[in-house]
Amino acid sequence: MAEALKDRSMVLQKEMIANHFERLAQAPETGEKVVYTFVPGNLTELIRSFGALPVLPEINALQSGMRKLSGEYIAEAERAGHSEDVCTYVKCDIGMMRAGNIGPGGTKLPKPDLLLLSYTGCYTFMKWFELLREEYDCPTVMFHVPYQGDGKLEPEHREYMLRQLREQVIPALEKVTGRKYDEEKLRHHLQLSAMAEDDLVAVLQAGKTVPSPIDGYFGTVYYVGPIFSAFRGTQEGVDYYRALREEVEERSALGLGPITPEGPLEGEKYRLVVEGPPNWTHFRDFWKMFADEKAVVVASTYTKVGGTYDFGFRHDPNDPLGTMADYCSGCYTNLNLPARIDMIVRYIEEYKADGFLINSVKSCNSFSAGQLMILREVEKRTGIPGAFIESDLVDPRYFSAANIKNRLESYFQMIDARRAGRTA
Amino acid sequence: MSCVVGIDLGSTTTKAVILDGNGDVLGRGITNSRSNYDLAAAVAKTEAFINARFGLIEQRVEATETAEAVAILRRAFVMEQLLHQLRRLEVLLLEEVDKSAPPQLARPFREAIEEICRRITAEEEARFRQPALLRSDFFRDAVGSAFMRIAEQIGDPTGVSFDRLIGVYDKCIIRVENEPMDLDFRDHIGDALARVSNPRLADAVEYAVAYDLTPAATVGTGYGRARLPFPKEQIRSEILCHGLGAHAMFPGTRTVLDIGGQDTKAIQVDGAGIVTGFQMNDRCAAGCGRYLGYIADEMSLGLHELGPLAELSKRSVKINSTCTVFAGAELRERLSLGEKREDILAGLHRAIVIRAMSLLARSGGVDDEFTFTGGVAKNPAAVRAIRELIQENYGERTLNISPESIYTGALGAALFANRMVA
Repeated sequence: MAEALKDRSMVLQKEMIANHFERLAQAPETGEKVVYTFVPGNLTELIRSFGALPVLPEINALQSGMRKLSGEYIAEAERAGHSEDVCTYVKCDIGMMRAGNIGPGGTKLPKPDLLLLSYTGCYTFMKWFELLREEYDCPTVMFHVPYQGDGKLEPEHREYMLRQLREQVIPALEKVTGRKYDEEKLRHHLQLSAMAEDDLVAVLQAGKTVPSPIDGYFGTVYYVGPIFSAFRGTQEGVDYYRALREEVEERSALGLGPITPEGPLEGEKYRLVVEGPPNWTHFRDFWKMFADEKAVVVASTYTKVGGTYDFGFRHDPNDPLGTMADYCSGCYTNLNLPARIDMIVRYIEEYKADGFLINSVKSCNSFSAGQLMILREVEKRTGIPGAFIESDLVDPRYFSAANIKNRLESYFQMIDARRAGRTA
Repeated sequence: MSCVVGIDLGSTTTKAVILDGNGDVLGRGITNSRSNYDLAAAVAKTEAFINARFGLIEQRVEATETAEAVAILRRAFVMEQLLHQLRRLEVLLLEEVDKSAPPQLARPFREAIEEICRRITAEEEARFRQPALLRSDFFRDAVGSAFMRIAEQIGDPTGVSFDRLIGVYDKCIIRVENEPMDLDFRDHIGDALARVSNPRLADAVEYAVAYDLTPAATVGTGYGRARLPFPKEQIRSEILCHGLGAHAMFPGTRTVLDIGGQDTKAIQVDGAGIVTGFQMNDRCAAGCGRYLGYIADEMSLGLHELGPLAELSKRSVKINSTCTVFAGAELRERLSLGEKREDILAGLHRAIVIRAMSLLARSGGVDDEFTFTGGVAKNPAAVRAIRELIQENYGERTLNISPESIYTGALGAALFANRMVA
């Protein structure tokens, strides 16, 4: 396959990530403390305010998937007794750890000084860290975020989260890092977060332009990488999103389509909204199936798992703990089914989409449960037929390329036939 | 006459349909897909054109000859095609013997091959004079079973054994199937006409030979469609083709179920045959046509024997496994418990249809009218299970099944080709 075309922002991102992993590799020598935590509901600003470095196991797993390492890690975890039906992120992470904890970039990952479990809509997270705690024998603190089962949270839910932050999370971080909680520092990081979030939202909403200058799914998983992982609330994060926004606005002004691994996509033919995580083991092939058909994803829900900023939320330095609670509870994985349906319908309307697709992953029941109901309901409300495909996150055994390609081609041809039928 | 061609490259069989300018079917052809899609497409297309030319003969002699006379000519033609392939097989077999047989066996080995081919030829000629039961039209199936039977009779365990004979056969049959051969109408109609010695057909044959049937457009579909040497605009997904094909056969169709070799499709169409939604299996192939093929192998039955046997059942056994391989294990377990073969088979048919029902539900349910297509629609036990389960889940629905349902995808493709010409 041709070497991917790289934007300036991609080069920048690559450097940031390489530096971060280098710093992590050095942590045992430099004494920097390391906190493992999950993407949805991550408290990066708080971790950074204690001078600690975050490690995101899901990000490592998906990168291992993209680098074709996950199959062997999963096999390793299965040999250690984890069943075929366990979430493949978990097995990939455990396999990677057992194989020497060499991160996807080739540098060694340090052991955690603290496991900070933010519990947002995924029960497996809890089991995952239970397994890691067993391996690393390190302190673990759980931050329980109430699920938005009724579509909103009550003041007492928020108070419950604040109490956990004050009484458990902050004391745990103080103990591990040996530093006192510094609210000014936290405010500073939150301020940087909000700046980057503004720029990110401008990038995401560029998908409303016709033709779209971005791919709101395949391209955007790269765009959200820094803010979903270690760089929210950092100056590098602010710089990255500023550069990215400029690039995207430039493309938009010139009427250009998104950059894909095969080159710039011109002549956008289909505009889609996608629900569900991508498949990582065949990410480029999967993307190419869309790009070859000139299909652009204009918006996706998966790119909101680390925060839904496009509906107005920003981290607020004036209410440091409260804003973190609000952020965590609003992550996509913590939303109930009606809220997810509303979001997809809104995307279809506001982004002028002519199709939507659900990628149902075997690994993730939190994501997949109810997706067929979502499909029906969105079809009913928008009058647009949805496509449904099945694959997995990082287990290469569950990506059947011929079938998925066949499905997508059929779907695009169906959109054509419907358009032709309407004008006939 | 202007005509168009639709080709459906399936995982099990490849089908071709030829339409005239009015969208009426001129001919249909089918062959096994083997591992060579290009050749399978060429063979199916050739068969469809042969079929179309026989249609022309029928038209031409309608007033003077009985349909039986043309049918005899057609049987003679099919036999000529088969004997032609058999002669080629014999050449390859003898070459293979020369190359690989131990020197002391070379002569008896050659003689055994010649004997087998002589006997098959004689059997075929006898069969032509006295038509026997229906059998598979595919060369591999027809010749394979005869070869094996005769090899068993003449094989000599101490010399040219059955195993040796089958060994060379297995090598050569693949080559015969995969090399292009002269099997067209013009190649064998002369010999066929001579064999039936019916001079009253000669004029019609001449007419059919000379008739210009040049396709104005060809559209391909099916799993192997990416292999077709056509530009992209001439390729349509099988979803669209099955939707349109079913609509053409039964204009009232709103829901289509196609159970193919390796996928099951549930399709919703509007009043114009335009697909409005569809669902297919993808992470797993459980519940597809191949499921039945596997079960047939497990029970040492022909695929076409499964349905009729299951129809004898008075009490279907509940089969739990949706996994094809596990269903095989469950089958053996049930047999060992003394369950009847027909009852287990009825349960297996119901199991495959239950899987299809979940796809139908996913695609939006079963609307009236409901059309069942694909190879599995030929299976009476599958049809019965579909009928029962639709009744249970959706109430009264008109169920359409065409005897030509296996050609639905190819028909849809040909209709798309027609639109390109129009």
